[in-house]
Amino acid sequence: MEQLLQQVASGLANGAIYALLALALVMIFVSTNHINFAQGEMAMFSAFICWQFIDWGYPFWIALPATMLFSFTVGVLIERIILRPLHTAPLLSVVVVFIGLLAIFHSLAGAIWTHTIKPFPSPFPDVSFAGSGIIGFHQIGMILVSVGMLVLLFCFFRFTSLGLAMRAAALNATSARLVGINVDWMLALGWGLAATVGSVAGVLVAPVVYLEPNMMAGILLYGFAGALVGGISSPGGAVAGGFIVGVLENMVAYLGNQLERATGVYLIGNGEKLTVALLIVITVLTLKPSGLFGHVTVKRV
Amino acid sequence: MSNILEVKDLKAYYGPSQALHGISFSLVQGGITTLLGANGAGKTTTLRAICGMVRAEGSVLIDGEPVTGKPTEAVVRLGVGHVPEGRGTFTELSVEENLRVAAYTRRDRSAVARDLEMVFTYFPRLKERIAQQAGTLSGGEQQMLAISRALMLGPRLMLLDEPSFGLAPLIVQEIFRIMRRINEEAKVSMLLVEQNAALALELADHAYVLETGRVVMSGTSADVKSDEQIRKSYLGY
Repeated sequence: MEQLLQQVASGLANGAIYALLALALVMIFVSTNHINFAQGEMAMFSAFICWQFIDWGYPFWIALPATMLFSFTVGVLIERIILRPLHTAPLLSVVVVFIGLLAIFHSLAGAIWTHTIKPFPSPFPDVSFAGSGIIGFHQIGMILVSVGMLVLLFCFFRFTSLGLAMRAAALNATSARLVGINVDWMLALGWGLAATVGSVAGVLVAPVVYLEPNMMAGILLYGFAGALVGGISSPGGAVAGGFIVGVLENMVAYLGNQLERATGVYLIGNGEKLTVALLIVITVLTLKPSGLFGHVTVKRV
Repeated sequence: MSNILEVKDLKAYYGPSQALHGISFSLVQGGITTLLGANGAGKTTTLRAICGMVRAEGSVLIDGEPVTGKPTEAVVRLGVGHVPEGRGTFTELSVEENLRVAAYTRRDRSAVARDLEMVFTYFPRLKERIAQQAGTLSGGEQQMLAISRALMLGPRLMLLDEPSFGLAPLIVQEIFRIMRRINEEAKVSMLLVEQNAALALELADHAYVLETGRVVMSGTSADVKSDEQIRKSYLGY
């Protein structure tokens, strides 16, 4: 029982990270119809920036906001300078640019900070919560910070006029222009926010997987899985999808472990976690292509 | 009475193909002018060109201020409310959000609140459905919402692209009655593009007839209505 609870807790903590990444992916997809393949590397780069601030002596809770501000600025600049000229370019050109960004962030991180694996200090005490042995403070921190960010973003989009303007720009750019909204700047802001969300994910996960340029590659796949499962057009769905993938992958590994313990047969376990995640994606997309919460766009001819 | 809108020698292009071949017309402040013509005549293109939505050359003056080459949002901020072809509803937002988003550029909170009240006086049906998702409204209600969205900008000039399209006759009459009230009470000048010539000539005081991107006739509505060519081609009798 204890092991099951541990797995669920760990699944929720991981799921929080996937949810943040999935949200970042969906935010950019909904407003630009593009998948930001560089999202993982941008998050990794942000984690390094945060590490640098801490290395220079700043406390974590100063380094994190500074990193978020930096990431926001970089996100806005990327949209304004690199992606703006590509607004009408063919899809493949844009994809190539994203992959280029991926490579640039990856190599830049390696060049500046080397590929040596670094430990990343967690702001949360390295003890088990309430001595329970089920969940650690850092995992609780991951869940709380992620959920906190998600709630803030939800309130921003739902209750502020800038949030409404951004939603309108993403839903119908022409109509948004016709009510005086500068759609180009809304896109840039969306990119800035997505980059910020990604940076929080990177910083939260770094203490767990250790800081090095390859840190986020696999995690982005899980985030992607979460976004697809929830529905690539639905921000709420993406968040739910992230948590679902996080818990499910641990559940399947747990069941596999139990099976092995009972029968001595190793069918599935920790080594297949990524496979399981991808299988979940394939299953959901086959049965419900728009994702669990996404909607099918019906176009009248 | 000065002209709220003056268009001189306007040309417009969709890519390499030219849709408007140098049209000229004007709209007096407080007046209602209609652009008539068959499908493909260039009526919608004219509205789009005024708003900077298509590549255009020539002179467009909004209350004396030149706007050719300006991006759409800049033209809108000069006080132009464009009710586009197909309504342009934000289908996934609620009725209230559709109206609120149009007030995004306005600073004067009390004026916005007053305009919202005005919108509900004209279209009480929208107040009933205020929390409903806009995409679930009927065609007539979405048209009312589109007009209201333009009103929430606090415009001096409204451009209306085929407001009667796809709507039942009774609803169309109701909407046109309200448009007259908006013009008289809120002092909003209107440029109306309509395929339903009879309806348009009833509402407007001046009319221009377009054919393949050129103005072929202009005059007061009374003159245009009584012209035999017009009657045969556009009014069906």
